[in-house]
Amino acid sequence: MQILIKGARVIDPGKMDALMDIRVDNGVIADIQPPGVILPLDSAVIVYDAAGCIATPGLIDMHVHFREPGQEYKETIATGCSAAAAGGFAAVCTMPNTCPVNDNAQVTRFILSRAAEACGVRVYPVGAVSKSLEGKSLSEFAELKAAGAIAVTDDGMPVRSSLMMRRAMEYATGIGLLIISHCEDLELASGGCMNEGETATRLGLSGIPNIAETLMVLRDIALSELTGARLHIAHVSTFESVRAIREAKRNGIPVTAETAPHYFTLTEEAVGAYNTHAKMNPPLRTQKDVNAVCEGLADGTIDVIATDHAPHSPVEKAVEFDHAANGVIGLETSLALGLRLVASGVLSMTGLVEKMSSNPARILGLTSTLSVGVPADITVFSPERAWTVDARQFRSMSRNTPFDDWVLKGKAMLTMVGGKVVFDEMT
Amino acid sequence: MQAFTKKDILDMTSLSVEEMSLILDTAERMKEISERPVKKVPTLRGKTVILFFYEPSTRTRTSFDIAAKRLSADSISLSGSTSSMVKGETLLDTARNLEAMKPDIIVLRHSSSGAPYILAKSLKASIVNAGDGMHAHPSQSLLDMLTVREHRGKLKGLRISIIGDITHSRVARSNCVGFSKMGAHVTVCAPPTLIPKGMASSYGVHVTHQMKEAVADADVIMMLRIQKERQSGFFFPSEREYSRLYGLNREMMAYAKSDVLIMHPGPINRGLEISPEVADGPHSIILDQVTSGIAVRMAILYLVTGGA
Repeated sequence: MQILIKGARVIDPGKMDALMDIRVDNGVIADIQPPGVILPLDSAVIVYDAAGCIATPGLIDMHVHFREPGQEYKETIATGCSAAAAGGFAAVCTMPNTCPVNDNAQVTRFILSRAAEACGVRVYPVGAVSKSLEGKSLSEFAELKAAGAIAVTDDGMPVRSSLMMRRAMEYATGIGLLIISHCEDLELASGGCMNEGETATRLGLSGIPNIAETLMVLRDIALSELTGARLHIAHVSTFESVRAIREAKRNGIPVTAETAPHYFTLTEEAVGAYNTHAKMNPPLRTQKDVNAVCEGLADGTIDVIATDHAPHSPVEKAVEFDHAANGVIGLETSLALGLRLVASGVLSMTGLVEKMSSNPARILGLTSTLSVGVPADITVFSPERAWTVDARQFRSMSRNTPFDDWVLKGKAMLTMVGGKVVFDEMT
Repeated sequence: MQAFTKKDILDMTSLSVEEMSLILDTAERMKEISERPVKKVPTLRGKTVILFFYEPSTRTRTSFDIAAKRLSADSISLSGSTSSMVKGETLLDTARNLEAMKPDIIVLRHSSSGAPYILAKSLKASIVNAGDGMHAHPSQSLLDMLTVREHRGKLKGLRISIIGDITHSRVARSNCVGFSKMGAHVTVCAPPTLIPKGMASSYGVHVTHQMKEAVADADVIMMLRIQKERQSGFFFPSEREYSRLYGLNREMMAYAKSDVLIMHPGPINRGLEISPEVADGPHSIILDQVTSGIAVRMAILYLVTGGA
């Protein structure tokens, strides 16, 4: 089957930024030509008129929690993939804190088999650094990799032992696996439930200081320097972490970093009157931190925008703030929130595509390009289309977003994975 | 007299100066009822007050209970361990079940900051916060203000020093808001480990770590209970050292004004944050606070059910 995407502004960072028609044939990109050159060959061609839209390599979200296996009432791999497709994502990396934990090949294979039955969004499971995320013994990295794990992390249950983190990094270099680190000193965080500072003090909530994140960022950077292991730092939220990562990159340490849309969009004030949809870990910080995260995105210190999509049901969220689970969903709002950075001049449109596709692909060793002959992973979005966030309409099973009722500009219109349309709002 | 229109009393921040004054004035009038031979008026006859105490409390619950009974309301006590909480029911589910029993007022004590907001948002009954986590304890703050006002005739311009574990204290937070709104000048004093970040800027209070400074100019010294568990969180090295630096004893009283008032929300750790001779001494108005508590809670129950 052939598909023709006509008249979009095609942005393939470093290669192309022009109005083009794209022809997809048999799952791969068959041709890219200026408008009008490619003529529909036969009646079996599906034509999408993408005038006014932007076509980019398929977006990649390298940090999501799909709750299968174990907590399918929050999200399944199928609903998560559907939400990803609706948000313009062609690929996602799923974190290992499922139940059972993805610390062995069986769970990795199970996730991949469920993904194969879903809408078609590519799912790259991330394995656990330690067995059961307990920080006591290493998972079998080689077996995980052979089964399809793309990286390892103890996301949410950060590796406390510096020795274990050192060994994990050293060992990972031999296997060729990326280590993703959720940086948090649990003792300094000391059971806090929002950012430490004025708002927490006013609300009578125990606070998590910036240093709880940054101290571990500094430790892991030092361990990366020692071991030469590639380190990817998850969900950066603080001014001091951005500074530390910038310095590390300047020194040639092989570190990369991501942040999430809520960290460049919201401050701790979003907690308001104990809004549990503004509770996540790390917590929302101050305007100074938001500004630093934006600067980090702008100057390349932060490579990636990832959502940390963390579905929870009202059972976990409609409760006392300190008892509420951490996390917000983000797949269906990420692109529009990223486009706010373009509107405010933090990123160029190409820069945004890099943060949401090229850079995660480079870090993960995946392909992100719109060249003839590559599998057709394509996202088409309207940068101008205004819409009101209505969490009840989400394809995700969960509703825990701090952006409900926000009016956003920019929306995915077509998501294609390997030539298969997995989301279509154009026809 | 103006009407009181608030359905709930959740914190001091949401009360205006006029509303606070109205509660204090009403409480003053209520005091007389407790002096009668028959300590009961029919004002809240037929009203149901549920005292929902998810966290243990003797003083505050008894105070609300007596207040309700002196106004002829039917009061029912429910504690965390006797409620369905232990069976895993959520706060909201329990509250909805209570609401189905048609109470007029739910007085809530809860260990989580913000818990009363969850009830206030979804229930028709009036919610009175009887202390939520580290956040607020408005009836305590109002009774403290009433007690001081009775002794000094005013609040405006007075210097109030709150000394002790500020970080974990809802009493301190509510009093910082309440007394400041009424025109008093509040100082908080503790070791730096027991003052939360951004205290001065978020509450507009003066912060000091020197006990003498806090004592010297104060018209009112309010001592807070220090919980022995804080030692294990590295907040201070020992009770001995805490007491030496931040205990109110006869030697420290030498720096105080001659007419200073000494308060404590209780329960007291005698010999730790306050020495017995000060707690029982001529400056102490600690038991007056307890008496004011009944009057203030009568006023609160009366006003939220549409009195005045």
